[in-house]
Amino acid sequence: MKKFIASTILAVALPFSGSAIAADYNIDIKGAHAAINFSVSHLGYGWVVGRFNEFDGSFSYDPAKPEESKVNVVINTKSLDSNHAERDKHLRSGDFLDTDKHPEATFKSTGFKAGEGKKAQLMGDLTLRGVTKPVTIDVVMQGAGKDPWGGERIGFKGTTSIPMADYGIDFNLGPASKMIDLDLFIEGVKKK
Amino acid sequence: MIRNTNDAYGLVSVLLHWGMALALVGLFATGLYMTDLTYYDSLYNILPWWHKGIGLLIFGLLLVRILWRLSNPKPQTPATHKPWEKTLASATHRSLYLLIFIICVSGYLMSTAKGKGVELFNWFEIPALRALSSDETDFAGEVHYYLAWALIVISAAHAAAALKHHFIDRDKTLSNIILRK
Repeated sequence: MKKFIASTILAVALPFSGSAIAADYNIDIKGAHAAINFSVSHLGYGWVVGRFNEFDGSFSYDPAKPEESKVNVVINTKSLDSNHAERDKHLRSGDFLDTDKHPEATFKSTGFKAGEGKKAQLMGDLTLRGVTKPVTIDVVMQGAGKDPWGGERIGFKGTTSIPMADYGIDFNLGPASKMIDLDLFIEGVKKK
Repeated sequence: MIRNTNDAYGLVSVLLHWGMALALVGLFATGLYMTDLTYYDSLYNILPWWHKGIGLLIFGLLLVRILWRLSNPKPQTPATHKPWEKTLASATHRSLYLLIFIICVSGYLMSTAKGKGVELFNWFEIPALRALSSDETDFAGEVHYYLAWALIVISAAHAAAALKHHFIDRDKTLSNIILRK
């Protein structure tokens, strides 16, 4: 009976053990359970969707004190991929991200505000093309807990929109194409 | 006279020479022009399509030309040509061939950098040999750009030399590569 109680406690407690204390996470780059996607309206009719294939980052998150969450991400701007050779080359050029001069984009969080349910807002400084501007990312916590391979994970989805002009991108794509929508899919593996 | 003789270039050589010259100057001009177009320009998509199609044709013509050159007699240069002129001329011709070759290859590599083939007009697609990294693609772009400038500059020197022979030396260097009856 003692054994039964002990294992019951363990079974109930374990899923929460990861979230009971502040924890540091590495974004799961290796398993590619994270993605940084961008989309820009095409002529106001359709979309160009692309992503950055290479980035790295880490974050800390404590469900008891979510406001102390911290996020750091570094993106290799040359790794942008919109599935079109000439367009990618153009997006890397001085007309857009100027990746030779600015091979990295970074995000450093400055604040975190828990909202209703699983929603939250993540504030931070985004540096792109050498320009640093504050951005606010709408975050939804996706889920957290043990994974089947002995680790612990937590996942978030973030969305935000940034005006190209803020970052010095003035190539005229038309009146409907002045914003970059960012979709961030972030899964972290708890550091051991 | 289809083939070259010891005295003059034949029809095939003459057509290859002038056809490629015209096409290359056109490609150079459209290449500079199309990369500066605004997104809403009606030629934004069609000019690169023509540029790539004609570029691929040029590559084919270059191979034909080299084969033709190797399998035909080379007309003798006029006896008035000085030895240094002959050396310089043949170095120029070789570097023109080499430049065209590298420019074609770098253009093809850029267009197929994502591992997708490049359209030869609406006829068919030339498959990609290899996908390139971002840095390799951008390097191919720079090679394409600077060597195209080199090609035009050397071609201009080549043309100037031909005109010099025609109008100053009054020899038959230029008329050798012009269609005659």
